Amino acid sequence: MSKALDMITRVRGVRGAMLVSADDGLVVAEQLMEGIKGPAVAALAASLAGKLRRAMDAAGTGMSVFWHLQAEQGALLVVPSGNEGGILVVAVAEPDVNIGLVRLELLRAAEALA
Amino acid sequence: MSPQTRAVESWTLQPLTDFVRESSVRLVLVLTPAGQVLAQSGFARAVDVMSAAALAAAIVATTGELARQLTQPPFAALSHQGPKHGFFLATFVTDRGTLAVLAVYDLDVSSLGLVQLFYEQLATELKAASPKGAVQKQVLAADFERELTDSLNTLFGR
Repeated sequence: MSKALDMITRVRGVRGAMLVSADDGLVVAEQLMEGIKGPAVAALAASLAGKLRRAMDAAGTGMSVFWHLQAEQGALLVVPSGNEGGILVVAVAEPDVNIGLVRLELLRAAEALA
Repeated sequence: MSPQTRAVESWTLQPLTDFVRESSVRLVLVLTPAGQVLAQSGFARAVDVMSAAALAAAIVATTGELARQLTQPPFAALSHQGPKHGFFLATFVTDRGTLAVLAVYDLDVSSLGLVQLFYEQLATELKAASPKGAVQKQVLAADFERELTDSLNTLFGR
């Protein structure tokens, strides 16, 4: 788990990475810079993941593979791993991070966990 | 304000209303370890409040004693998750004395992480809002039934 997080946090502009239980919204593992509220990010990301899953179901698009929320001062990137109730691989990044590279590392981490 | 959220002690109302809205819990009780209810949200019947408060007080007492026997400080929080619902019970100290919060949530609407997150906020707000220098009133057995009836009447708007 820590190796998977290492690979994500090595990307320049990534401020932290976490594995989050999608059911509980609890942190399973984390590597975060100071100032990032891990439990809050985990709980809210899991809540959002649950709502997105239902939206995707309703839209008939199947499971989400990757989501990216861009804000003024940063970004939240998430890859759900496995089926419903699995693990979310979460990255918190600077606004100008290389999204493609982070996405790749998140997908690799999710694959390693599956 | 949710019409289902009611308080016996008004300083508990706003923090509880915020907690219910943000954590999407289904039922909440704010009570003393003796089982005296200060506020409730989501309960439709007085008998359910009485049962939940009595059971929550019993859990606080038994886990407190268990911790004492293990020479540990009292447990901060207890969580139980079933197939569809979860419950969360935690205690904290205010100027009003020790209070307990019992929250019941649906797993498809909320989560333990979300409840824990907003519980921290609720506890902080209740600590800040609790009456300063309040003398903790002892509930005597002779007054218990009358106090209970008064509380339930307030909680259910009778």
